[in-house]
Amino acid sequence: MFPILDAKLLASDVKWFKIEAPLVAKHRQPGQFVIIRLDETGERIPLTIADCDREAGTIDLIVKAIGKTTICLCEKDKGDTITDVMGPLGMPTEIENVGHAVLIGGGVGTAVIYPLAKALQDVGNYVSSITGGRTKDLVVLEDALKEVSDIVYATTDDGSYGFHGTVADKLTELMEDKDRPIGAIYTAGPVPMMKAIADMTREAGIKTIVSLNPIMVDGTGMCGGCRVSIGTETKFACVDGPEFDGHEVDFRELADRLTAYRDQEKTSLDRMQQRKCRAEAQFEAAQADGRTV
Amino acid sequence: MSNLTPKERMKIARQKMPERAADERNKDFKEVNIGMKEEAATLEADRCLQCKDRACIAGCPVGIDIPVFLDRISEGDMEGAAKVLLDANTLPGITGRVCPQEEQCEQVCVRGKGKGVAVGIGYLERYVADWARENLDIKQILAEPSGFKVAIVGSGPAGLTAGGELAKKGHDVTIFEALHTAGGVLVYGIPEFRLPNKVIESEVDRLRQMGVKIICNVVVGRTFTVNELLEEEGFDAMFIANGAGLPVFMNIPGENLKGVYSANEYLTRSNLMRAYEFPESDTPIVRGDKVVVIGGGNVAMDSVRTAKRLGAKEATLVYRRSRQEMPARVEEAHHAEEEGIIFKLLCNPLRYLGTEDGWVKGVECIQMELGEPDDSGRRRPVPIKGSEFIIDCDVAIPAIGTQANPLLTATTPDLKVNRWGYIEADEDGATSMPGVFAGGDIIRGAATVILAMGDGKRSAAAIDKYLRETKKAPTKAGAAAS
Repeated sequence: MFPILDAKLLASDVKWFKIEAPLVAKHRQPGQFVIIRLDETGERIPLTIADCDREAGTIDLIVKAIGKTTICLCEKDKGDTITDVMGPLGMPTEIENVGHAVLIGGGVGTAVIYPLAKALQDVGNYVSSITGGRTKDLVVLEDALKEVSDIVYATTDDGSYGFHGTVADKLTELMEDKDRPIGAIYTAGPVPMMKAIADMTREAGIKTIVSLNPIMVDGTGMCGGCRVSIGTETKFACVDGPEFDGHEVDFRELADRLTAYRDQEKTSLDRMQQRKCRAEAQFEAAQADGRTV
Repeated sequence: MSNLTPKERMKIARQKMPERAADERNKDFKEVNIGMKEEAATLEADRCLQCKDRACIAGCPVGIDIPVFLDRISEGDMEGAAKVLLDANTLPGITGRVCPQEEQCEQVCVRGKGKGVAVGIGYLERYVADWARENLDIKQILAEPSGFKVAIVGSGPAGLTAGGELAKKGHDVTIFEALHTAGGVLVYGIPEFRLPNKVIESEVDRLRQMGVKIICNVVVGRTFTVNELLEEEGFDAMFIANGAGLPVFMNIPGENLKGVYSANEYLTRSNLMRAYEFPESDTPIVRGDKVVVIGGGNVAMDSVRTAKRLGAKEATLVYRRSRQEMPARVEEAHHAEEEGIIFKLLCNPLRYLGTEDGWVKGVECIQMELGEPDDSGRRRPVPIKGSEFIIDCDVAIPAIGTQANPLLTATTPDLKVNRWGYIEADEDGATSMPGVFAGGDIIRGAATVILAMGDGKRSAAAIDKYLRETKKAPTKAGAAAS
């Protein structure tokens, strides 16, 4: 059992957790992730380690409530526990001084680039971070990013906050700034966003590292469910990645494979919501009857 | 010994293993074999001639004293039989179910010569192990604590066996398991219809009662390195048994289509994650109407029989050689056929065909014929030109083998590996690092549960000798990982 020491909402559906996991914290490097399982019937899902404190033996996770497992996780709070936390997994990011590092996070993908910003700034890079979302509520971690970046741009597709446009639009501006040429780009977020960025930087010849989040089970290379096509090779994101050269990734295949369990995911979600409704109805009925529950 | 003459013994026919009807069992995940009754078990044990050869003992990778074991059963002394069994074998309930006895103890049984049929040693092992689980509270006698600490990487058959043997000798044993449950391939790979989880749990519990600590969610190579365990965590020796977990794909077109699973993934979803209970359990699995499994080993059989149980109308096994060369246990292939599995023999896949939205819809195969024998001594399958054909499917599962997982070895540069990434080890499992031993699939490549257990047992003896003769006094450095 892994205790949740602290938790708070960052947006209506994004939550931050501090979890006691000393063995994971001891070895974790930026770019790595954990696999968690909430309870005995739970599935195993990968989550990026956003930060860690070796002394305290804790790791930070940032979770967006999307499917059954992430919604259940986001309902947990300080004092609750997670049954299994395994890691750190994956290859750490290669942290080097590239001069000007641009980090781009789309939605909760910002949680993936946050630790990279920190590490890249520590080795002397000028760090520009872009965090974007469709609308204001989807822009997360802007304040945290400010502490580890030289400059932070928040973008919204609908113009409700910050720069009006996509993260790719903002990147175009940065690419045009000849005074501060970009050494490398690190990005995480929705597949179409990462693809758009990789397409933009390919011709310009800017190194573009993408952090991929395909479906995983064990996280140790055992199942191969997370396989991605990188150039002419098939790689396992859990052990060979999760970061790859964005110019080599077959994004179409990745997007496709991410839809494999769409129907089952909906079944799980519907079932959970029905149960909740039933529980609420029972609760209300009981209250109406004056019974205690 | 019961007073039967050899002649009377020869007259007893081999007892049958009661099993559930094929068309009933192929719809659920409950165990296929029901287990013998005491009367049948005693009769079966009576069939042993107590011959002078005792070849069966040498045929057993963990060296169970089989003639004495059988004699105790035929006398009705089940407790005595259980003690003989457990003395040599840490996990009898498991091996009694999954060992390829026909290639081991039963192959060399004198009753099996010519037209005869060997004594059903495997069935009896299972019988006694199950009897012991229900009726016996066996307290293993442990040696005085030695003060030595031993780390074991992996809680599969090799690791569990080594753990049990080392605990018996008084050592303080900690097993590190990467997944969330102990058992390794026994829980993620072998389906419940062949090996129920409760059997594994009870064998693992017995180890815990012996003082063996099992810590899950620790990936050695990531959470700890080998050197750290030895230098900082105060372990005096180590046994690496992390298996050959990496799935092999054929590198043919279409392998990354949705619906194409490695056998490891398919079985892990179904067994470890209980996807067959979805949505009661949260892990999904694609339930195909037409499922094609590629391969002829036990893993292929487990996958195709799982597919049938998940509701496939057509579950087809595609194997490139003939039935004779199939490496699967005879009983598994036989059970699969009874359950309605279609065997497409002498047939090899060329590519997977996909739908517009990225789902597999078929496998293009080519017919094969057998040519000259290859390195393995089996006749080499050769494609017949122009014989290509398509098998429709919505799930396809290559089960053509596994290879070494490099996570541990990549972070342990002092550990010598061979060109395939397997750890180099001598007969005792000793590696290039002093005090570090290895066994099971990580030294031999994908093999069987019992061979891994044999390695665990041999290495445990070698580790015990190393600690007492070379190491002499425990290293006290570092705190125990707990």
